[in-house]
Amino acid sequence: MTNSIEEIEHTDLILAIGTNTTENHPVIGAKVKKAVRSHGAKLIVIDPRDIALTGYADIWLRQRPGTDVAVLNGLMQIIISEDLYDRDYVAARTEGFAELKKTVARYTPEYVEKISGVKAEDLGRAARMYATAGKAAILYCMGMTQHVSGTDNVKSIANLAMLCGKVGIEGGGVNPLRGQNNVQGACDMGALPDVFTAYQKVAVAEQREKFSRAWGVPLPAKPGLTVVEMMHGATEGTIRGMYIMGENPMLSDPDLSHVESALRKLDFLVVQDIFLTETAKLAHVVLPSACFAEKEGTFTNTERRVQRVRKAVSAPGEARADWEIITGLANRFGYPMQYAGPAQIMEEINSLTPSYGGITCSRIEKEGIQWPCPSPDHPGTKFLHGDKFTRGLGLFHAIDYREPAELPDDEYPLLLTTGRVLYHYHTGTMTRLAKGTSERCPESLVEINPQDADRIGIESGKMVVVSSRRGRVTAKAAVTSRSPEGVVFMNFHFREAAVNLLTNPALDPIAKIPEYKVCAVRVEAA
Amino acid sequence: MEEPMIGSIPTMQEIPFFAHQKLRVLRNRGIIDPGKIEEYIARDGYLGLAKALTEMTPAEIIKEVTASGLRGRGGAGFPTGLKWQFCSQSKGDVKYVLCNADEGDPGAFMDRSVLEADPHAVLEGMVIAARAIGAHYGYIYCRAEYPLAIHQLNIAIAQARECGLLGKDILGTGFDFDLEIYQGAGAFVCGEETALMTSIEGKRGMPRPRPPFPAVAGLWGKPSVLNNVETFASVAQIVLKGAAWYASVGTEKSKGTKVFALTGDVNNVGLVEVPMGTTLRTIVYEIGGGIPGGKKFKAAQLGGPSGGCIPAEHLDASVDYEKVAELGAIMGSGGLIVMNEDKCIVDIARFFIDFCQDESCGKCTPCREGTKRMLQILTGITEGKGREGDIELLQEMAVIIKNSSLCGLGQTAPNPILSTIRYFRDEYEAHIREGRCPAGVCTALKRYTVDAEKCTGCGVCAKVCPTKAAKGEKKQPHEIDQATCIKCGVCMEKCKFEAIFVN
Amino acid sequence: MEEKIRITIDGREVTANPEQTILEAARENGIFIPTLCQYADTTNVGACRVCVVEVEKARTLVASCCMPVSAGMVVRTDTKAVRDAQRMIVELLWASGDHNCLVCEKNGNCELQDLVYWLGIEKPRFPIESPGYEIEKTNSMIVRDLNKCVLCGRCVRACNEIQVNEVLDFSLRGSRAKVGPAFDSDYIASECYFCGECVDACPVGAITFAQARFGGRPWELEKVRTTCTYCGVGCQLDLNINKGKIVKVTGNRDYGPPNQGSLCIKGRFAMDFVQHPDRLQRPLIRKNGELTEATWEEAYDLIARNLSAIKEEHGPDSIAGFASARCTNEENYLFQKFMRAVIGTNNVDHCARL
Ligand SMILES: Cc1cc2nc3c(=O)[nH]c(=O)nc-3n(C[C@H](O)[C@H](O)[C@H](O)COP(=O)(O)O)c2cc1C
Ligand code: FES
Repeated sequence: MTNSIEEIEHTDLILAIGTNTTENHPVIGAKVKKAVRSHGAKLIVIDPRDIALTGYADIWLRQRPGTDVAVLNGLMQIIISEDLYDRDYVAARTEGFAELKKTVARYTPEYVEKISGVKAEDLGRAARMYATAGKAAILYCMGMTQHVSGTDNVKSIANLAMLCGKVGIEGGGVNPLRGQNNVQGACDMGALPDVFTAYQKVAVAEQREKFSRAWGVPLPAKPGLTVVEMMHGATEGTIRGMYIMGENPMLSDPDLSHVESALRKLDFLVVQDIFLTETAKLAHVVLPSACFAEKEGTFTNTERRVQRVRKAVSAPGEARADWEIITGLANRFGYPMQYAGPAQIMEEINSLTPSYGGITCSRIEKEGIQWPCPSPDHPGTKFLHGDKFTRGLGLFHAIDYREPAELPDDEYPLLLTTGRVLYHYHTGTMTRLAKGTSERCPESLVEINPQDADRIGIESGKMVVVSSRRGRVTAKAAVTSRSPEGVVFMNFHFREAAVNLLTNPALDPIAKIPEYKVCAVRVEAA
Repeated sequence: MEEPMIGSIPTMQEIPFFAHQKLRVLRNRGIIDPGKIEEYIARDGYLGLAKALTEMTPAEIIKEVTASGLRGRGGAGFPTGLKWQFCSQSKGDVKYVLCNADEGDPGAFMDRSVLEADPHAVLEGMVIAARAIGAHYGYIYCRAEYPLAIHQLNIAIAQARECGLLGKDILGTGFDFDLEIYQGAGAFVCGEETALMTSIEGKRGMPRPRPPFPAVAGLWGKPSVLNNVETFASVAQIVLKGAAWYASVGTEKSKGTKVFALTGDVNNVGLVEVPMGTTLRTIVYEIGGGIPGGKKFKAAQLGGPSGGCIPAEHLDASVDYEKVAELGAIMGSGGLIVMNEDKCIVDIARFFIDFCQDESCGKCTPCREGTKRMLQILTGITEGKGREGDIELLQEMAVIIKNSSLCGLGQTAPNPILSTIRYFRDEYEAHIREGRCPAGVCTALKRYTVDAEKCTGCGVCAKVCPTKAAKGEKKQPHEIDQATCIKCGVCMEKCKFEAIFVN
Repeated sequence: MEEKIRITIDGREVTANPEQTILEAARENGIFIPTLCQYADTTNVGACRVCVVEVEKARTLVASCCMPVSAGMVVRTDTKAVRDAQRMIVELLWASGDHNCLVCEKNGNCELQDLVYWLGIEKPRFPIESPGYEIEKTNSMIVRDLNKCVLCGRCVRACNEIQVNEVLDFSLRGSRAKVGPAFDSDYIASECYFCGECVDACPVGAITFAQARFGGRPWELEKVRTTCTYCGVGCQLDLNINKGKIVKVTGNRDYGPPNQGSLCIKGRFAMDFVQHPDRLQRPLIRKNGELTEATWEEAYDLIARNLSAIKEEHGPDSIAGFASARCTNEENYLFQKFMRAVIGTNNVDHCARL
């Protein structure tokens, strides 16, 4: 997030696009609702599904899944043609406006309506409301990124916010809500194929050498493979060994049957987890690890706040903390790793990571600090891009709408979009073991619009088969107008109805994120 | 106008019921057709509004109303001009004028009567108020149980709009004001000003703490003026005829007239409008025609369920805000129940507290739990389970509940208890110490006794007694066993010799 | 910042901000006024009336939690009238329900109990009459015993103003008034999202955690502050530990950002997995196609041998590693260091994109 969670409550307008905030980030969802109910903030929701936030919204734009760029361009077209954009900001802090203007000019409300199904008049109202609001924060989540056009979507959001001068101010910004507890931290820590900590590039000699010196070994310069590419590599035989720490690609990755055959082809698979997951079952060695309540360390949340994790109970049996397991393994490989504990690891991180330079364990005892925090006396950073962007001037990207990789046709006439529900988390390994959450949501549901259900001849509570070009799953139908006509929604929490058997592994060319949000399926009575 | 020549029919002035009244608020009742705006206009209707809009500034309107001494007729008697002034001083371009037509006091119907018989008078008052404080929208909060009042109001509102007396550009002066009716679900507490506003906002009608006062942050947090029906109905005449005219009747601090709903043990019941300061005796004996059946006057309950009882010794007290409060009652909305000697004072107090505890919204502890417990104690007393110390506990509770409750409901609910203990403590003590209800009302305390002198031992009582409490030897005086007697009274009814009596 | 104003509380002259309530000004100056319905960051409703004080020239006692200070105000918090009122109010509350501390989960952490003790009340003057509601045990997360409810409305405000779920409200009037979901239904049959904010808000034992029942007295529980392991909000929470087990999860409003004490159903009620019997306890090694238990040494050996062999034969880039968005920063740091410095490849990623 460019800005902070607490700013949401006190902003003038919130634009939520591709985020089912109240279910996926309930506490942030509460702040959005509080901003609306108690502080009079306006709320614009852009989402194909009738999510809970629409009940609090001033305007709800119900676009067809995958047409976000068209909608965002449409908003900008209106804002520019009605001269509602922030001229001073655009002039002083950005570049590339001319190209942007040229590109979005085509996206007239009528044209956008044709692509996205959003009424021209509603689009106009939303454009004016956003542009004329004092402070306005954009929230988005996987509904934006999990598309082949994910990067385009994100850039378009940035375009819109910069166009109206709403980045670099308190209560504004573009705010991706990170799905997992420590995605932000994992990225910050360099658990990515092309960067070390704080996005220092492996390909940049100077940065590589810094790490090389600190770690005492030469380091490879060529960026590595992403998750989906690794699976392809395994299938093709270029990847032969794999070490998986605390992940369950057997449920979370797209096109699962492919994942399974890829993992089975490996010469050697190590899985380190707290449960014997679907993935662990395929491993040659399984290492038992401690969970968050059994170890010390830090997590970085979606607003860049680094916070303490504390040991409350002992790990079961011989299970060890992941950091201990890694050091043990490194030592076995003849590479000495000796740390008294996570605090000492953090010291090493501090020394190699400019944005974490001042975030020491003792400083965050009482309250987490938001990076960038370069030195021990720096208070941390509430919102980014205050005076200038990281690259200097903010760059507008002129982007055209592209269709999703797979759209419904005669054979697979419905569009499947996936996501989470409030009561479960990710692949369900943790939440499904809890009595309470399982009681509230015991099984996977296929949400389908009444019109479609009628046509197919199914009703709520009846089992249905959902199939795509890649596979088929069976689950209970929930007939509801939360889903628009032509769209079905499923969550990915249940292995019994593993929705990723259906999803399309088509990737966004830059971010390499699979298109979980759009694929074509057929639904039939089971 | 010529005197009617029919000698045998007295004029209104000759009938005491009318002679002592002064009709201002009720001046049009039964005289005009409420469905015809022309008839209202023919009786100077909307002239006050015309004057206010064309000849007076808002400040002058407020000054006139303040000078008239008009005080809120909804109960608290707050000076209306002052209330308007506070609101006019509040900043904000959105303000509201609200009319309280909830009329929750059981037995009160003056507001309904005004709305049904003279709705335009209320509308006119509201527009004048709107002009005074700078409001452009208003609500009339009327209980849904008043369908005729709502019907008449709807007609009146439509007519006023048509005549340019409501809506945009009223009388061509550029002043806009419109209003709508909000139908309340009829909870007593919704008549309380903050609860009324919460209710219009679509929430559960519960009072909220003040400050902020409605004049600063009322309906939807905007400055608002809330007045009672009768208050609004007095305004146009004040503007038209002047403050001095209005203040020409009444007492030093209570000006004008007040409408009372006179009921109970009195010969003439109904709405009566009298100048402030008229004595209770005049109202009860002259206008009300005295107590039927030659019974004695015991007390008058003034001010509705949370009012107080005024005993015979104060019959000559002047009925005005100050005196009434001094005597432990309240003016309230003007409910006036006359009670004769047959009424048990503890039972009366119990009746009123029962109403209040039932209507308590349940929000604040003293009112919710306190009134319930006071009811319990009073019920105990009427059932012969009173204990030494009950009176003192009731008094302590009453003071604390009045002192610590959130809204006017709890702050006034103990009044009937306090005033009855104040004037009739001996009656309470008779119940508690002697197990006796002096008025003979409390069933559980009745003792049916046989007068041995008169009893012939005929045995009828023993035969009819359903619990075999009445018994005795044939031809011998009978007795009634108090432990098994259920006080049904059949024995007394059937005794041909009047040998059974009750105390 | 507006000018400070001067007021007098219990004979002491103190300064206050004009927007402050009497209660806030008193607290800031170390003067204690008891409260019950007051709940920070929600509307001051003035419902319980426990916080009454005397204010010079006021017609009645005033509820200090919702009365703003004004210049020159003279306040007394400790007069006989104040104490008598507080005592009466607390006695009324006590007598209105089943406040039996013997089996109450809140014993020792109950605001009504504290009030009774503070006021030194031996016994209420009114007969104790519990309303006799059935205890709601229809779900495994929240138990409601309305016989213990003091109708302070904190749960209603927590639900409507903090979580803004708009599920709880009052129903009925007078002493029959109740709090709960619409139509007086139970939680599980309602629209409730089970965030549990109402449980944290309840000052007495009316709304409690089902699974924590008989799991430990308040004074036996050790609270360990940590960061939630679910979504990216990073809520701060307290794991309540008794005898090495997590008994329940509570929010803590003193911790500040990012969640100010609020949690959701997952953070609150989905920690069962920590103590689940299916947790892995020992390393497993595949032998004859079966995963069998092994020692750490055996496991490490096997890994080192196999990965080294692959590296030797196919080069470091034939090995790939998945780090985890579930693990700590320190662990992710070490993992990528391991892949880069020990294995010698940049093939490290995690499912950030999912
Ligand atoms: C419990 C309670 C019930 C009330 N009911 C009424 C009512 O039915 N009608 C009314 O006019 N005022 C009622 N009031 C008084 C109002 O709160 C308010 O003072 C009045 O409407 C203001 O108008 P006025 O100044 O013209 O009297 C009630 C007050 C309380 C505390
Ligand atoms: S704490 Fe002030 S009224 Fe309850």
